[in-house]
Amino acid sequence: MATDLATVASPPPATPVERFRLHPRPNSGTGLRWLNDLREAGLDRFGRLGFPPARSEAWKYTSLRALETLPLEPVAASDRLIAPSAYAPLPLPPELNRSRLVFVDGVFDPAQSRTAALPAGVVLAPLRQVLAERSDLAEAHLGRIAEGEGQAFISLNTAFVDDGAVLHIPDGVDLETPVELVFVGHAGDRPLVWHPRILVVAGAGSRATVIEHHAGVGGASYLANGVTELALGRGARLNHYRAQRESLQAHHMAMVTAHLAQDAYYDNFVLSEGAKLSRNQIHCVLNGSGVTCRINGAYMVRGRQHCDTATFIDHAYPHCASREVYKGAIDNQARAVFQGKIMVRPDAQKTDGYQLNRALLLSEHAEIDSKPELEIYADDVKCSHGATAGDLDADCLFYLMARGIDRDSARGLLIGAFLNEAVDEMEHEAARDGFRTLVADWLKGR
Amino acid sequence: MVANVETIDQVRAVTEQKYKYGFFTNIETETAPKGLNEDIIRFISAKKNEPTWLLEWRLKAYRHWLTMAEPNWAKVGYPPIDYQDAYYYSAPKMKEKPKSLDEVDPELLRTYEKLGIPLREQELLAGVEKPAVAVDAVFDSISVATTFKAKLQEYGVIFCSISEAVEKHPDLVRQYLGSVVPYSDNFFATLNSAVYTDGSFVYVPPGVRCPMELSTYFRINAENTGQFERTLIIADAGSYVSYLEGCTAPMRDENQLHAAVVELVALDDAQIKYSTVQNWYPGDAEGRGGIYNFVTKRGACRGRASKISWTQVETGSAITWKYPSCILQGDSSIGEFYSVAITNNRQQADTGTKMIHLGRNTRSTIVSKGISAGRADNTYRGLVKIQPKADNARNYTQCDSLLIGDRCGAHTVPYIECRNRTASVEHEATTAKISEDQMFYCQQRGLSQEDAVSLIVNGFCKEVMKELPMEFAVEAQKLIGISLEGSVG
Amino acid sequence: MLEIRNLHVSVDDKPILKGLDLTINAGEVHAIMGPNGSGKSTLSYVLAGRDGYEVTDGTITFDEADLLAMEPHERAAEGVFLAFQYPVEIPGVSNSSFLRTAVNAVRKHRGDKELDAMEFLKLIRAKAKQLGMSDDMMRRAVNVGFSGGEKKRNEILQMAVLGPRLAILDETDSGLDIDALKIVADGVNALRAPNRAMLVITHYQRLLNHIVPDHVHVLAHGRIQRSGGRELAEHLEANGYADFGSAEAA
Repeated sequence: MATDLATVASPPPATPVERFRLHPRPNSGTGLRWLNDLREAGLDRFGRLGFPPARSEAWKYTSLRALETLPLEPVAASDRLIAPSAYAPLPLPPELNRSRLVFVDGVFDPAQSRTAALPAGVVLAPLRQVLAERSDLAEAHLGRIAEGEGQAFISLNTAFVDDGAVLHIPDGVDLETPVELVFVGHAGDRPLVWHPRILVVAGAGSRATVIEHHAGVGGASYLANGVTELALGRGARLNHYRAQRESLQAHHMAMVTAHLAQDAYYDNFVLSEGAKLSRNQIHCVLNGSGVTCRINGAYMVRGRQHCDTATFIDHAYPHCASREVYKGAIDNQARAVFQGKIMVRPDAQKTDGYQLNRALLLSEHAEIDSKPELEIYADDVKCSHGATAGDLDADCLFYLMARGIDRDSARGLLIGAFLNEAVDEMEHEAARDGFRTLVADWLKGR
Repeated sequence: MVANVETIDQVRAVTEQKYKYGFFTNIETETAPKGLNEDIIRFISAKKNEPTWLLEWRLKAYRHWLTMAEPNWAKVGYPPIDYQDAYYYSAPKMKEKPKSLDEVDPELLRTYEKLGIPLREQELLAGVEKPAVAVDAVFDSISVATTFKAKLQEYGVIFCSISEAVEKHPDLVRQYLGSVVPYSDNFFATLNSAVYTDGSFVYVPPGVRCPMELSTYFRINAENTGQFERTLIIADAGSYVSYLEGCTAPMRDENQLHAAVVELVALDDAQIKYSTVQNWYPGDAEGRGGIYNFVTKRGACRGRASKISWTQVETGSAITWKYPSCILQGDSSIGEFYSVAITNNRQQADTGTKMIHLGRNTRSTIVSKGISAGRADNTYRGLVKIQPKADNARNYTQCDSLLIGDRCGAHTVPYIECRNRTASVEHEATTAKISEDQMFYCQQRGLSQEDAVSLIVNGFCKEVMKELPMEFAVEAQKLIGISLEGSVG
Repeated sequence: MLEIRNLHVSVDDKPILKGLDLTINAGEVHAIMGPNGSGKSTLSYVLAGRDGYEVTDGTITFDEADLLAMEPHERAAEGVFLAFQYPVEIPGVSNSSFLRTAVNAVRKHRGDKELDAMEFLKLIRAKAKQLGMSDDMMRRAVNVGFSGGEKKRNEILQMAVLGPRLAILDETDSGLDIDALKIVADGVNALRAPNRAMLVITHYQRLLNHIVPDHVHVLAHGRIQRSGGRELAEHLEANGYADFGSAEAA
């Protein structure tokens, strides 16, 4: 009787902020004061920000109203049950030797993970383990790259930062075997939330390839609220790819921040095909001259999917180049959003910046909202951007049909070619082939 | 000492050359008390003998305005404007409405002569082969003269001040005023709806090709006075009109507000070509003074196959906030926006267009050239929106920015919203500087640095300049050179 | 093989062809000549089935079948091949995979076995070489970055590989220098066969020195104005189209 009264007396919290305040704090890294402060600051900031308001410029075309009302719950130990074969692995060549860390509902799963022979000094481990054994590594970078100010989801992730992947490569080391980070969304009967964090510190002159794979099982409804922090030292080269294939009922937030030191070379590609609502946010800070920053991607959505891409490339030093090619195919009632910004600060002379977003509307109810933006304060620069929207080119279609290819096949061929033009920007061959396969598979589902 | 005086003289000479329209006309004016309230609005309305519906409309706008916040999304910065610290009505004193130019204060006529805007028709007609241009001259808050009215009347074209139109053609005004830019549209347009004092009115009847260019020349003269003009142009079915707008203001240390509204309506097969050379006082090199130019210009292509074409050369104003737009309602209607915006010293411009495609087979073209020099900021901001019913809509947008010097900014912020698969939207933008090779080549051929810049920038803007009517093109070209003086070297 | 009867075609509600009749039998090479704007390209597009060309009257039968009822790819599979005046660029699709997809689509329609990669390669290698096309051109995206001559050779290669029954060459000589013209003409001549017909559309007689037609027709004002042998082409070369009035005067 008394319990019943208590339930009646305290209605469920109305806002996401109130609800998240009730989530238990992570228990990793106990005793680490800096970590505790970091989390508290994150929760504080999130408390002040709340979910981005409907009219904010950064979220102009993406409504979070449905997510706001979702009664998200933290992951409990009993939630982590998954057979290794329950998710479709990334179609990478089997002979490709690679390390793999697997996370199920945001929690590291040692049973499915394996580590290839790594060069001396390389650390590749789940965040919880690093916090326990090498907290110095985490302390030096965690929360120092991803900017939480004005960023509700980054702040939220920081408030509950617990598990994830850490890759630390010493100066000059070439990590020949790619690192595959698999995040499986599995959640059962109620909507869960987790906040994975990836930290990659690539020492001067080091080389590495990191392939993220986000897969969902069945029609699970959850929020995967991920933050990735990357620090590339002088002359470091990092290939960083992501295949986003979350469950079609899932919400996927991925906020990447990359700090690129002088002469660093960063090759990023994001393929988005999953999730009910996804946000692919990339923020690159070019912290020295001679940096090459490549931010490319493809999105393929159907049904009522909503896919939002927001990128920001910040040129602060001279003689840097950035290139961004995003291509998308939008079918049925799906909607895609692209907001890309290139900033060239006053000292960033000789900047070479290029940005392109091209979207195919494949059905009469599909929608694209595109906002490519240049903000330039240096005069000796070469910057351009372009955006297009519309259906397949009628001349191309007719040409193919005049050669005997039926309309459907011709359309498929052209859509594939269109998307693969972006995929071909990927520099790692095996990964590129794998991603091309994903495009082909998606087209088969038409 | 001597050197100092010389220096001052030199500086003055240079500055005056830069903005040769910066003089002030000493003329007796009638001014409403400072500040903004319902009484002032009633005063303005009474001054103009307005019908009750118009006064009510103004008051409705004013009350709505009180609930609105000044927009802050544009990339411009300025100290808060005190809307109570300005005059909302200032007019040259005249006993009666002048019946002919002979009754107009000669000082006023001299002002327009000095500005190069002749108001005497005979002078115009005597002037060699130059095609005649009909002018409506707006001085501070009111229209002082409109030329060629009689000749235009032969064609059925109505060209007069909007105050006169309210009196003589109330039905037309009532039907169209606020139909493109409603009184509640945005902060500055709403303010304008409440306090607008004059402006031009044009009606071109069905099937008539307006026999001459029409133009309005806006002059802000009085101190601490805002100019709020309102222009309404209606091109009835199958008609054509080309309209030009020019403007200048004296050099003053304080900022003056200019919040105009222009509404265009094109019915079936009608065409309106609207050209602007905006040369309001831009402020001095340190950013003191200058006009705040917050303008709402919008055209509705209501009819089938109608066309509205905006061409603007924006060189003046301390701040420019303006987005001449087209609502493409009629099937197969066409919207165009050609823009050159030059900012130098501390000027800030946030300008662009909106193309709203509603009808089928609608087409729009946007060509924007932004030139930024000194410590100025120049932003292109545009929206291309394709609504679900706009089958086969087409848009092509080209935005080019040119930076002169390393302390200025050039920004491009296009919004593209496409909700129709049969549409095709294409946006391209580039940013570059004048190449050293180009400069050297010109200089080697004997051009001074400034002439070379002027030449190259004019080339950069050519696509837009060729859209200007001849009479304006030459002046605009010179203006480009003058606006960029002191930007190199 | 091809019977066109009283063909009327409009583009954007503007009549272009106004009662065109033409019969082509297997083994024949026909040339259609005419001034600019006479409707030559319209005819080729209507035969291939491009959108936007509205047939307002008349019939086209191809081997007893109603050609106008077929989709463009069905016409291609039935053996109608159009060598485009302006071959279309298709970024992202390699020339060889495009051609293989087309060949297999057509073979499938005809009930032939589809070719695997090796068989296909064998088929095109020799033909590509005859036309002076490098392996590199086969790897590149369809027509992207091709010169005018390369594009036209690519058209003839496709024609050779697809083996059509009726080949329509739309202004194939435009933009070609004399050497390229010869290569293209040789390629076409090699495909002349008793069971195959050709329709050569051209403004100038030049091409007809290399691809010698059996019949020549003059198209003006949307109709065939005169038909004859190759001497008609020579007459036109000497006298121009003045006899038929310029298109603008129509």
